[in-house]
Amino acid sequence: MTLNTIKRTVFTVLFLSVFSLGFAEDAKEGGDDEKFDPKEMILHHVKDAYGMHIATLNQGKENETHLTIPLPIIVYTDRGLTTFSSSAFHHDYHGHEVVERNGQHFVNVHEKVYVLDEGLTKVSLDAEGHPTNAQRPKFDLSITRNVFMMWVSVALLLFIFFSAARRYKKSDNYVPSGIASFVEPLIVFVRDEIGKPMIGEHKYKKYMPYLLTIFFFIWINNIFGLIPILNGANLSGNIAFTFTLAAITFIITTFSGNKNYWKHIFWMPGVPVPMKIFLMPIEIIGMFVKPISLMIRLFANITAGHVIILALMSLIFVFKSYAIAPVSVAFSLFITVIEVIVTAIQAYIFTILSALYFGMATEEEHH
Amino acid sequence: MTITGIAAIGAGLAAIGAGVGIGKIGGSAMEAMARQPEMHGKIQSSALILAAFVEAVALFGVVVAFLQG
Repeated sequence: MTLNTIKRTVFTVLFLSVFSLGFAEDAKEGGDDEKFDPKEMILHHVKDAYGMHIATLNQGKENETHLTIPLPIIVYTDRGLTTFSSSAFHHDYHGHEVVERNGQHFVNVHEKVYVLDEGLTKVSLDAEGHPTNAQRPKFDLSITRNVFMMWVSVALLLFIFFSAARRYKKSDNYVPSGIASFVEPLIVFVRDEIGKPMIGEHKYKKYMPYLLTIFFFIWINNIFGLIPILNGANLSGNIAFTFTLAAITFIITTFSGNKNYWKHIFWMPGVPVPMKIFLMPIEIIGMFVKPISLMIRLFANITAGHVIILALMSLIFVFKSYAIAPVSVAFSLFITVIEVIVTAIQAYIFTILSALYFGMATEEEHH
Repeated sequence: MTITGIAAIGAGLAAIGAGVGIGKIGGSAMEAMARQPEMHGKIQSSALILAAFVEAVALFGVVVAFLQG
């Protein structure tokens, strides 16, 4: 090993360790007052929230400051639409801080806004931490951190692909340059490794826009989830997000199903009649299980990755020892590297399985 | 034993099943690739898809354990 290789390796490891320390910053928050509760800290990290919390400075001292990007809270109640900034809660999510707007009193209990009942100014919680004298607003249209990060990723993707497209317009010989030379191999990969073999030479073109969109959208959101500074960006680990993507895949599959596809579901060809009747309910269940497994796979993979990294970081604060820190950082560094691979693999799996379902729906009868 | 403990054991059992499954897929894929190196790409992509199917079942177990725990 030359000196240069050693230097490079050490530098890379140190650089990636900084990532782990970002998660440690997160883990530290859980331990502010009494006993450190890793479960609460991890759930708080994985779930959606009303503001993007970056770091806490001078924790536990008089001049404690929170670095946060406040996001708007938009709720629709009986009295109409109310909007205010999430900074009004002063980073409290235990229901202590009561915000008065539009004649109503709002509290934030575990990153859910509640409206206090008429005439009350204090929330009371039951044993499980649910408020007993407050209701959820009728509609909660807040720009939470997941929504915010989704918009950021959409803006970034639009920027990348519009600037890549402009490169092709400019050049006469269609040689990719700049950002296009990064994007082109990926697009060709999705076309040649996912679209063509799964759907077929003749029909893949119609599905390419959708396949490319979900591939890049899932990938970029998975990557955002690994950046500790944006610790709220667990978008692809949110079941509503994966549900929506899986539902779109389900709708496209159902509507592009041809006669052959439906025949295979309701009256399986090539088997005796009792078997046809036996197979029908199984195939109908299978129709719905496919998108559900797409949804759970992406959600559980990304969430599990976050939980493992944070749990390893929590070990330091559980054992309250500096000796455990190097072990913890080393392990979470290892998991982080695996997670970087997982981001791409999960985007690939989601896309290739969607393509496989489209291929099954459009397959022609062969004799 | 509390329900959390049982949920943890369930998640562990699901992980064992997925481990055996993915191990078999990986082993067979390696063998196939050694036998026919020219089919490397195709074998790799179908092995990844199959691994995803197996892994999904283990993840169902993990999600159920989360809900219980």
